[in-house]
Amino acid sequence: MNANANAKASDKREMTGAEMVIQALKDNEVEHIFGYPGGAVLPIYDEIFQQDDVQHILVRHEQGAGHAAEGYARSTGKPGVMLVTSGPGATNAVTPLQDALMDSIPLVCITGQVPTSLIGSDAFQECDTVGITRPCTKHNWLVKDVNDLARVLHEAFRVATTGRPGPVVVDIPKDVQFAKGIYHAPDATKMRLSYQPRLSGDEELIKDAVDLLMSAKRPVIYSGGGVINSGPEASRLLRELVDLTGFPITSTLMGLGAYPASGKNWLGMLGMHGTYEANMTMHDCDVMINIGARFDDRITGRLDKFAPRAKKIHIDIDPSSINKVVHVDVGIIGDVGRVLEDLVRIWRASGGTQDKPALAEWWQQIGKWRARNSLAYKPNKDVIMPQYAIQRLYDASKRSGKETFITTEVGQHQMWAAQFFGFEKPNRWMTSGGLGTMGYGLPAALGVQIAHPDALVVDIAGDASVQMTIQEMSAAVQHNAPIKIFILNNQYMGMVRQWQQLLHGNRLSHSYTEAMPDFVKLAEAYGCVGIRAEKPDELDDALDQMIATDKPVIFDCRVANLANCFPMIPSGKAHNEMLLPDEATDEAVANAIGAEGKALV
Amino acid sequence: MNKAAKQPASAYFIAKETERPETHTLSAVVDNEPGVLARVIGLFSGRGYNIESLTVSETEHQKHISRITIVTRGTPHVLEQIKAQLERIVPVHRVVDLTVTAEERGHEKPLERELALVKVAGTGDHRVEALRLADAFKATVIDANVEHFIFEVTGRTSKIEQFISIMAPLGLVEVCRTGVAAMSRGKDGM
Repeated sequence: MNANANAKASDKREMTGAEMVIQALKDNEVEHIFGYPGGAVLPIYDEIFQQDDVQHILVRHEQGAGHAAEGYARSTGKPGVMLVTSGPGATNAVTPLQDALMDSIPLVCITGQVPTSLIGSDAFQECDTVGITRPCTKHNWLVKDVNDLARVLHEAFRVATTGRPGPVVVDIPKDVQFAKGIYHAPDATKMRLSYQPRLSGDEELIKDAVDLLMSAKRPVIYSGGGVINSGPEASRLLRELVDLTGFPITSTLMGLGAYPASGKNWLGMLGMHGTYEANMTMHDCDVMINIGARFDDRITGRLDKFAPRAKKIHIDIDPSSINKVVHVDVGIIGDVGRVLEDLVRIWRASGGTQDKPALAEWWQQIGKWRARNSLAYKPNKDVIMPQYAIQRLYDASKRSGKETFITTEVGQHQMWAAQFFGFEKPNRWMTSGGLGTMGYGLPAALGVQIAHPDALVVDIAGDASVQMTIQEMSAAVQHNAPIKIFILNNQYMGMVRQWQQLLHGNRLSHSYTEAMPDFVKLAEAYGCVGIRAEKPDELDDALDQMIATDKPVIFDCRVANLANCFPMIPSGKAHNEMLLPDEATDEAVANAIGAEGKALV
Repeated sequence: MNKAAKQPASAYFIAKETERPETHTLSAVVDNEPGVLARVIGLFSGRGYNIESLTVSETEHQKHISRITIVTRGTPHVLEQIKAQLERIVPVHRVVDLTVTAEERGHEKPLERELALVKVAGTGDHRVEALRLADAFKATVIDANVEHFIFEVTGRTSKIEQFISIMAPLGLVEVCRTGVAAMSRGKDGM
């Protein structure tokens, strides 16, 4: 049966609410969902049991389902879907919903609810799901009539995936799941008039942008996660724009991979732990084009000293992002891919001339900043430096020849991964950028592996973060997802400790984990493979062994305990006031942040 | 409502805000569905914006369309953000800053009216004085006995404020106000 015939067959049929959920998933081309059963979703689980088209991945905690769906979405460009029960099922979903909201990930969350007759009675496992999730979703619905269910489900997929993508919740009371009503297919659903995201940029503004770019003497391209969200064509166009203009390009954490790390115009990531050359280029530029990024505070540093002499162009699909924190000279509202297409076309047709000598001089200056080698660290023969571990992992993944996907938790290891792992393609890098959710990486890796069963999927983790969602190893084993959990184990919450050193006189309040589990034994207990490396010369063999293992692996990589993450823009400082690794003495670290900066996050 | 609330900005916004706060009246056309008002109010409280007045009612019953009128205070930059943030809400069709529209059309302000019910109790001179002043404000008596009046008064917010403060020493018991209803002058719709 082909998809078309399937859609026709399902057009305007009577069925139960639970059947509608499965039919809507199929009609929206969903192949995998992540979930956890419970009383208020049992009718839907009963339907799942009776079909094979939609595969359900059972997790161990609803937060895991959410992050797995996020990883699935981020690595495929398709929406991630999660299914949880009422009450605690829904409240446990809040963290991944907010995570997806801040990082613009399309996530459809279906929650069970107590029967409509019990809503408001403080029933068992009742909570005000739409009330709780209202601020952490792009939109949400409580469906009280089974005849609204098909429309709402199709609308939910559309809202999650179009415009600026984001999470949505559809809350379905149990009696609605049992009730019979009329189902109709997605194409029969009229979309609401109030939701019409704008996709094409204003041509006049794009011409203004081209004129500004053409006139630039010290330009920079600053790209973000919006390029990834827009799809592979946007990344291709970004690369074309860079080739066409010869401009230097840097990216936010979320945008890594849109432009290849091996590209000659690549400056590395910018922002708080970005490279010296990227931040200095941003500070001294005269024209900046922000493509699908949002001037986040990790990027800008001190705002009144952010690129003080630059004319700024901003492309974003969300009108509220324009002029939100940084005032721009040209704000273009539209889908990054569409706007880039116009921008490249108008650039080619414009016949204007670039100031090539100025650009050459600019590149010379950038070369001097690059020579500062801001990611340098002191190699060590006895102890594994965390940066070295990431470099060896990168080389090992290249040696394997496998398609590689990286997820991370949150903290020092995340920044080192961003700095030292080279991303050549979009959708290969899954990390919690906006919300900074410790515990994101392990379940996200599970989601990525489900979508890409033959790929190498590595969660670069920290010993503290990984313990927040480590129970999902059991889900990985159950679903034959051979994810690799590569823990940079320094026994500390490294980033917390680094900030205590910067701000609180090196008083390490509760940032040391006194009782660490034996990760190798833990792996074995879960039915995975545990590997440990303690010396630099063991690393390569151990990594090859990890990659060759066809099962989930927990790799306990013992790294230098007190290494810190540099370079760094201390809070409250500007791009040109970076703390570089060779200058970061204990004294410099202790005095890096002034009184005003201390209150900042 | 919260005068002391600082307007949100970046965590790194150390520079002094040089723009002055202004009071603007926004009008939003929304689908009248459960939760739509909560979305609007949640946006204001969640992002630290102020609401000075809020008025909601369904205006097109067939299409289930409501009109929300919000009087808010912020710097021009923040007001622009409020409008953009409101427009992100899925059931919101469009948002018009009526104060900006009025300025663009060369008017001082949009048309704004409030209705208030004001209960005043008393006898003797106070009672006579209250009735005399109510007449001057074109307030009508909609309920009375020998010891009280309930006045209905409409007008701009400043007029209502003035009427209430005048009634305060004359036996003011209770006030109920609708909040601001507003519309742009001229023939064009919003």
